[in-house]
Amino acid sequence: MNDSYEPVIVGFLCNWCSYRAADLAGTSRLHYAPNMRPIRVMCSARVEPQFVLKALREGADGVLIAGCHPGECHYVDGNIKALRRYELLKRMLRQLGIEEERVQLVWAAASEGNVLADAVNRMTEQLRRLGPLRWRETVLGGDAQPEERAGEMMAKEV
Amino acid sequence: MNEERIGVYVCHCGSNIAGTVAVEEVAQWAAKLPNVVVSRDYKFMCSSLGQELVEKDIKELGLTRVVVAACSPHMHERTFRATCERAGLNPFLFEMANIRELDSWATDDRAAATQKAKAMVSAAVRRVVYHQPLQLLPVKINPNTLIVGGGVAGITAALEIANAGYHVYLVEREPSIGGHMAQLDKTFPTLDCSACILTPKMVDVAQNKNITLLSWSQVEAVEGYVGNFTVTVRKKARYVNEEKCTGCGICIEKCPKKVIDEVFEAGLGYRKAIYRPFPQAVPKYPVIDTSNCIFFQRGKCKACQMFCPTDAIDFEQQDQILKLEVGNIILAIGYDTFDPRRIPQYGYGRLANVFTSLEFERMVNAAGPTGGRIVLRDGVTTPKSVAIIHCVGSRDKNYNEHCSRICCMYSLKFSHLLHERLPDAQVYEFYIDIRATAKRYEEFYHRVLEEGTRFIRGRVAEVTDAARMPGEEGKLIVQYEDTLIGKQRRLPVDMVILSLGMEARRDSREVAQIFGLGCEYNGFFIERHPKLDPVNTMTEGIQIAGACQGPMAIPEAVAQGAAAAARVLSLISQGTVMMEPVRAHIDADKCSGCRICNNLCPYNAIVFHEDRKVSEVITALCQGCGACVAACPSAAITGAHFTDEQVMAQIEGMLWDVQPQFAMTSMETR
Ligand SMILES: Cc1cc2nc3c(=O)[nH]c(=O)nc-3n(C[C@H](O)[C@H](O)[C@H](O)COP(=O)(O)OP(=O)(O)OC[C@H]3O[C@@H](n4cnc5c(N)ncnc54)[C@H](O)[C@@H]3O)c2cc1C
Ligand code: SF4
Ligand code: SF4
Ligand code: FES
Repeated sequence: MNDSYEPVIVGFLCNWCSYRAADLAGTSRLHYAPNMRPIRVMCSARVEPQFVLKALREGADGVLIAGCHPGECHYVDGNIKALRRYELLKRMLRQLGIEEERVQLVWAAASEGNVLADAVNRMTEQLRRLGPLRWRETVLGGDAQPEERAGEMMAKEV
Repeated sequence: MNEERIGVYVCHCGSNIAGTVAVEEVAQWAAKLPNVVVSRDYKFMCSSLGQELVEKDIKELGLTRVVVAACSPHMHERTFRATCERAGLNPFLFEMANIRELDSWATDDRAAATQKAKAMVSAAVRRVVYHQPLQLLPVKINPNTLIVGGGVAGITAALEIANAGYHVYLVEREPSIGGHMAQLDKTFPTLDCSACILTPKMVDVAQNKNITLLSWSQVEAVEGYVGNFTVTVRKKARYVNEEKCTGCGICIEKCPKKVIDEVFEAGLGYRKAIYRPFPQAVPKYPVIDTSNCIFFQRGKCKACQMFCPTDAIDFEQQDQILKLEVGNIILAIGYDTFDPRRIPQYGYGRLANVFTSLEFERMVNAAGPTGGRIVLRDGVTTPKSVAIIHCVGSRDKNYNEHCSRICCMYSLKFSHLLHERLPDAQVYEFYIDIRATAKRYEEFYHRVLEEGTRFIRGRVAEVTDAARMPGEEGKLIVQYEDTLIGKQRRLPVDMVILSLGMEARRDSREVAQIFGLGCEYNGFFIERHPKLDPVNTMTEGIQIAGACQGPMAIPEAVAQGAAAAARVLSLISQGTVMMEPVRAHIDADKCSGCRICNNLCPYNAIVFHEDRKVSEVITALCQGCGACVAACPSAAITGAHFTDEQVMAQIEGMLWDVQPQFAMTSMETR
């Protein structure tokens, strides 16, 4: 790892609050780390563990899930469902040896562009410190195939 | 591999995007992505020339999918869907990449912004392949409307809609409509008599054949969606038969039980156990407050029944549960005032002569408990000096950060009324800033300045009765910092009025839950757009009006009531609405009948067929949140326009430039 390492975060933003928060951050020209790549979903409750694992496997260093504040979900309590699923997911990630900071859940109301921007900045900073996710070492242990190792070497050099 | 032919269009948005993202580079790069047959950049994609470019390509190059990388889909998704449709392409075969709000405006790092834009474009290109043609869902609009809250905002909305010829159910939880405005004496800045301008409107409501007034009632549940809501209303027992009652008021006169009226008289006056909040109440029928009625408590009395000339008192009456079918809903539940007991150092409830602003409104009102006389709590002594404290519970991080907007103005109004009624009294206003921003407000402020009120800039630390200096005995001492001269000071006065801020209704979150709305952090309902859509909400078919949206004075509450009515009328006159087809669907062959999804749906849109042991989504009820889609262990549920395939492809596209950590995951190999 060298100084030029920049983590890549996949962000799942709910259509009604957090995506609008991100829109507002932009409209208010709040500058924040460009490391988060946004994917819009209708509600944080749509985010399946599968999506998170897929993003990590595809090379993301972290995943941010952002929804409305509790009590403010456009679909009544979708964010609470997301929270419960997130707790489960965290346990699973721990067992896989993936650091907790890599998957984060935050609440941002449509009027809170700054909250979303801060969350992205904070997470980017934490991931910079953690360095790249070495899925194969942490998750697959020594079982990786030789050709996969080659990929791994490349990943390390990023 | 598939056969799709994608067109990619990268917008400069003048310099809004092009200033930070290398748009030409992104467009050239995108041309090499799989399935892309044409990739262009253009100054303003949303202009008619930009749109014609897309239309021409669809027709001439046979595009089957379109990606526009420009601003937020909340801005222009509809625009470009329409573009596709005009060229004969299903509008849902389009995808937007938001490289402005989420990229070029959020950083000034050109290299990083360009890289991120490429990620978003590649994600959109991969996603759009999996889009399916969808149709908007037409929904018929029931022309009846429910309005909740009969304050001035709700009354205005009800009359607008009823006068246009459509039916309105107006649900009010108090025995009478009128809201806070009915409690006020004069209204700033014109000083018209509040009741004189409000009661004619209340009578119009009572007499309008298109309005069903349900007072002393509450909404318990709402089901359905825009155009077709089913609302459950509890009409509480009044113990007065509305068919027989003539509103003569003899029962009220004869009732032996007096109770403090905490609601209408703000605790300053009394009412009976059978009561109407005020003589001009609409409807005119009284209600029996069972927790204070001697008959309900001790089984004896029935004075009201004995004297009622039309035999209208009915102790057996029961609550009624009504089911209303409506197409639109307007919420106008108003506000609550800040509870001054939360600031104990101001002494409300402990020091007799500290009054709230609402108490003062009742006191100066000729129809109020003192007959309009301004007196101390003993009921006889006239105050010689009065201190009005602004911003109580407003503009303070410990209570409410927001400015309540109306307290400066009603405080000035109080000064004026004090000078008018007690010409010899000394009046002091303790303010932080004077906010007199609407039409005629500043002029009113100057008028009050000339009348001799002393304005002291500073926050009051404490109101106390502990005298320390001669002249302070028997007085209330206001301890404050005069921020203009930077000194701590004490001022003895006879009466203190606390100008309470406006808050959301204490139960606004519960109400929001019933109607499926969002609240701000402070409990006020969230409008769809703070500038362009102030009365609409994120829930189709539900509008908000008046002070439940935020602190406001009567003219704005009226304007919002009328605006919400206009919204509803425009929907009614369309007859049908087109709804987004983002809906869940269960594949009966894959469903294992586990029923996990059944309880997850916030709209009870999923039914279980006992006979076939499978679940089914009722499309008309589903709002498309995707909670069930994410939870189904058999992957039997698809969420249209947000399918697993679409999101997975999007994830891959977003990560085009990083090394995958695992082989065999790309969509191509699936
Ligand atoms: C002391 C004081 C003085 C003021 N003086 C002035 C003035 O001089 N000029 C001026 O322009 N403004 C003044 N105002 C502001 C004014 O009161 C408001 O702007 C106005 O009343 C807002 O009207 P509204 O209809 O939105 O709400 P409200 O008047 O609060 O009406 C809401 C109605 O909804 C009902 N309701 C609440 N919850 C439910 C529910 N769950 N179900 C059914 N019904 C429900 C309530 O009972 C009420 O009838 C003053 C305010 C105060 C506190
Ligand atoms: S969760 Fe899936 S499998 Fe279970 S009942 Fe619902 S649709 Fe059927
Ligand atoms: S997507 Fe599923 S859970 Fe959400 S509203 Fe539709 S049926 Fe209910
Ligand atoms: S809509 Fe934002 S979390 Fe549900």
